[in-house]
Amino acid sequence: MGGKSEPAKSESMATTTTSPDLINSSFFSFKSLKLKTKQQELLLRIAILGLVYILAFIARLFSVLRYESMIHEFDPYFNYRTTLFLTEKGFYEFWNWFDSESWYPLGRIIGGTLYPGLMVTAALIYWALRFLRFFVHIREVCVLTAPFFASNTTLVAYFFGKEIWDTGAGLVAAVLIAICPGYISRSVAGSYDNEAVAIFALLLTFYLFVKAVNTGSLAWALGSAFGYFYMVSAWGGYVFIINLVPLYVLVLLITGRYSMRLYIAYNCMYILGMLLAMQIRFVGFQHVQSGEHMGAMGVFLLMQVFYFLDWVKYQLNDTKLFQTFLRITVTSAILVGGIALGVGTASGYISPWTGRFYSLLDPTYAKDHIPIIASVSEHQPTAWSSFMFDYHILLFLFPAGLYFCFKRLSDATIFIVMYGLTSLYFAGVMVRLILVATPAVCLISAIAVSATVKNLTSLLRTKQKVSQTGSTKGAGSSKASSKVTLDQSQPFQKNGAIALLVGVFYLLSRYAIHCTWVTSEAYSSPSIVLAARGAHGNRILFDDYREAYYWLRQNTPTDAKIMSWWDYGYQITAMGNRTVIVDNNTWNNTHIATVGRAMSSNEDEAYEIMRSLDVNYVLVVFGGVTGYSSDDINKFLWMVRIGGGVFPVIKEPDYLVNGEFRVDKGASPKMLNCLMYKLCYYRFGELTTEYGKPPGYDRARGGEIGNKDIKLEHLEEAYTTSNWIVRIYRVKPPTNRL
Amino acid sequence: MVKSTTKDAQDLFHSLRSAYVATPTNLKIIDLYVCFAVFTALIQVAYMALVGSFPFNSFLSGVLSCIGTAVLAVCLRIQVNKENKEFKDLAPERAFADFVLCNLVLHLVIINFLG
Repeated sequence: MGGKSEPAKSESMATTTTSPDLINSSFFSFKSLKLKTKQQELLLRIAILGLVYILAFIARLFSVLRYESMIHEFDPYFNYRTTLFLTEKGFYEFWNWFDSESWYPLGRIIGGTLYPGLMVTAALIYWALRFLRFFVHIREVCVLTAPFFASNTTLVAYFFGKEIWDTGAGLVAAVLIAICPGYISRSVAGSYDNEAVAIFALLLTFYLFVKAVNTGSLAWALGSAFGYFYMVSAWGGYVFIINLVPLYVLVLLITGRYSMRLYIAYNCMYILGMLLAMQIRFVGFQHVQSGEHMGAMGVFLLMQVFYFLDWVKYQLNDTKLFQTFLRITVTSAILVGGIALGVGTASGYISPWTGRFYSLLDPTYAKDHIPIIASVSEHQPTAWSSFMFDYHILLFLFPAGLYFCFKRLSDATIFIVMYGLTSLYFAGVMVRLILVATPAVCLISAIAVSATVKNLTSLLRTKQKVSQTGSTKGAGSSKASSKVTLDQSQPFQKNGAIALLVGVFYLLSRYAIHCTWVTSEAYSSPSIVLAARGAHGNRILFDDYREAYYWLRQNTPTDAKIMSWWDYGYQITAMGNRTVIVDNNTWNNTHIATVGRAMSSNEDEAYEIMRSLDVNYVLVVFGGVTGYSSDDINKFLWMVRIGGGVFPVIKEPDYLVNGEFRVDKGASPKMLNCLMYKLCYYRFGELTTEYGKPPGYDRARGGEIGNKDIKLEHLEEAYTTSNWIVRIYRVKPPTNRL
Repeated sequence: MVKSTTKDAQDLFHSLRSAYVATPTNLKIIDLYVCFAVFTALIQVAYMALVGSFPFNSFLSGVLSCIGTAVLAVCLRIQVNKENKEFKDLAPERAFADFVLCNLVLHLVIINFLG
C-alpha cells in the first residue's frame, strides 16, 4: 500500500496512511472530498504522474527560450529535411527516394538507408494536428518531438517500475528519468535525432516483454513484438535489444527458471518481431544473415529443444529412460547448432560483426582499422567525470538498487539487473551509450530509493501506532506488537528514521538542482548558434553558420556543388539547398578520403581533385577570430588520417613537427602550403584579433600564424561571415590555353 | 552396448507412444497442425535447395509463416492444456482469441513481405 514518493520539485510532502486518526489531523483534509483511501492514493499517483509529465517536457525547453525554436547540431538537419520531404511528397515517394543532391556524383538511396521511425512519427503528429485544424509548421513539430517522447518515456518508466517492484518504485523511476542529464543530453527541444524516439521505444519494448514473461499472455508478447518493430524503425541500436533479450532468456534457462510463460513470450516476440523488423529496407535480411543477430536465433532453437525435452519428460514417468534421451538430444542439438554456425560463418554467409558494433567488444579496433569511427567525439571511452556529470547520486544508488534486486529475485528483477549491467559496460566503452544505460540506472536507483524510504516510513508508522494507544488496525499490526519491545529498548529509532528521511530528501533535492543546472549550462546549446559574453556581460550571438548557408542559398547557382568536410554536409543540403560532395552519413570512406586528400594537398593538386569532382565552391570553418575551437584546423589531423588511410601519398608525420601540430612559423612546410591552411588563413595576416597581439594572432590555437602572405591561384574568396567563422571560396574555371 | 542402446530406444518409443495416446483430442489436433506446418516448411526448404533462393524475401516469408504459425499453435497448446497449472485461470476462449490475433498479424506481415 501507498509507499512514500517524492516529486523532486514539489514544495510539500504529502503522506497517506491507513489510520483514520491521522487523516483527520493531516495537513490537507481529504475527508471533505469524501474519498476512500484507495481513491486518495490513486488521485495522488495521477497527480504526481501528471506533474512529472509536464516537468519532463518543460525541463527540455531551455534552448527554445534562450535562442529560438530551431533544429540543433548536424544529424537532426538530415532528419528534418527527410521529414519535410515526407510531408510534402507523401510516403511512397519518401520510401523510394533517391537523392542526387548529396554525395555528388554518387547520390544516395535515402529510402533504403535510413531508419524511418522518427520521420514517420513526426509526420503523423503533424498530420494529426492539421486534422484538428492546428496549422503548425513542421519545424515546430520536429523541434518538440523529443520532449514529447521524453514525457511518454516517464510514463513507461512508471509502469515498468510497477512491474518490477511496486508503484512507489515506479513513481520514483518516473521522476528520476524525467530530469536525468544522461537522457536530457539527447532529447532537448531541437535535438531531432533518432534517440529522441528510440529510448521511448526501447523502454516500451522491455516493459512489454517483461510483462509478457510475468503473465505468459500472447497479447503482451504481441505488444512487445510491435514495440520491437518501432524500435527497429527508429534506431540502429536495436541490436542491443536483439542481443539482450536472448541473453536474458539464456540466463533464465541456466538458473533453472525455464517456464511456459517464458517460452510463449520469447517465441512470439522473436518470430513476429523478426518478421516486422525485416519490413524496414535498411535492416533487410540481417536478422537471418548477420552475425549480430545469430544469438537470438540460437536461443530460439534452444527454447524449442527445452520445450521438447520438457514435454518428453512429462510424458515419460521413467527418469532413467529420460536421462538417456536427454543426453542424446542435447549432444546432437549442440553438435548440429555448432556445425551450422561454423559452416555459415566460414562460408561467409553469416556476415561477421560490423565495425560499429565490433568496436564495442574490442575498443581498440576502431583506432587501428576504421579512423572514421574513431574520429567521432561521441565514440570515445567515457571518463569518470562524464558519469558523475550525467548521473549524480544515481551512481551510488545503482549498487544499492542492485542489492535490493538480488534480495528479491524474480524474472523481472533479473531482467533489469542484466539490462543495467550490460548497458553500463557499454556506456563505459562509448560516451554516447550513456543514453542507453540511463533508463536502467534510473529504474534500479528508484528501487533503492523506494525500498529505503518504505522501510524508514514503516519504522515511523509503527512507532506512532504504539504512541496512539488506540486501534491496532492496519498493516504491520503484528509487526507492531512484536516491535513494541524492540522499540522501547531503542528510543532513538524514530529519530534516526526521521534523520535518514531528511537525508534522502536532501539528496533528491540536490539531484534536482544538479540536473537543472546541467541541462541549463551544458546540454541546451544548439551548436549552430554560438553564444559568448561581451565585455559588459551582455550576450553576443554568433549566427555565422546560418548566415553562410543562406548566402549559399541566395547567391549561388542552383546546381552548384559545395565541397566541405563531412560534418557540415547535412546542414548545407538542408539550409543551403545545394549539392554536397560528402555528408554526415559517411557511407563511402573513399569519397571522404578524396575530400580529405584535397584539403591536405597543395593548391595545384587540390585543384585537380576539385575539377574531377566538379566542385564549384569550397566551405571551411575557421575559429581563429572568435576563439571557436571546433573548427576545421583543429579537425585537420583527422582529415589527414582518413585521407592517408586510402591514399598513402598523404602521410601524417609530414604535417607535424616533432610529433606536434603547429600553425605558427615553426610549422612544417607541407602544413603551411596545404589547401586547408590557405583557405582558413587567407587575408588573416592583416587582421588584428586581440588587443596587444600582433596581426594574424590565432585565438583558437593561441599563436601567431606562420604564413601570413597567402596568394590563391585557383580559388577566389566568395564570402566570409561577419565573425570569420565560415569562409566560402569559389573554384575558378581553368584559364584559357594561349 | 549397442544392444542396450537400441533396447533403450525401443523402450523410449513405446512409453512415449503409450503416454501420447492418453492426451485429449483437442491437443492432438493442435499437434497435428504443428506437424503439418513444420512439414510444409521442410518442403519449402527442399524446394529452395533445388531451385535457388531468389527472391529471398518470398522464401523467408514462406518459411517463417510456417514456423510462425507452428510456434503460435504450440503456445495455444500450452495455454489450453488443462494440466498446466500456470494457466489454470486463463479461459480457453481468451487463449484462442490471442492465437487468432497473432496469426492475423503474422499473415498480414507475410503478405506485405511476399513481394
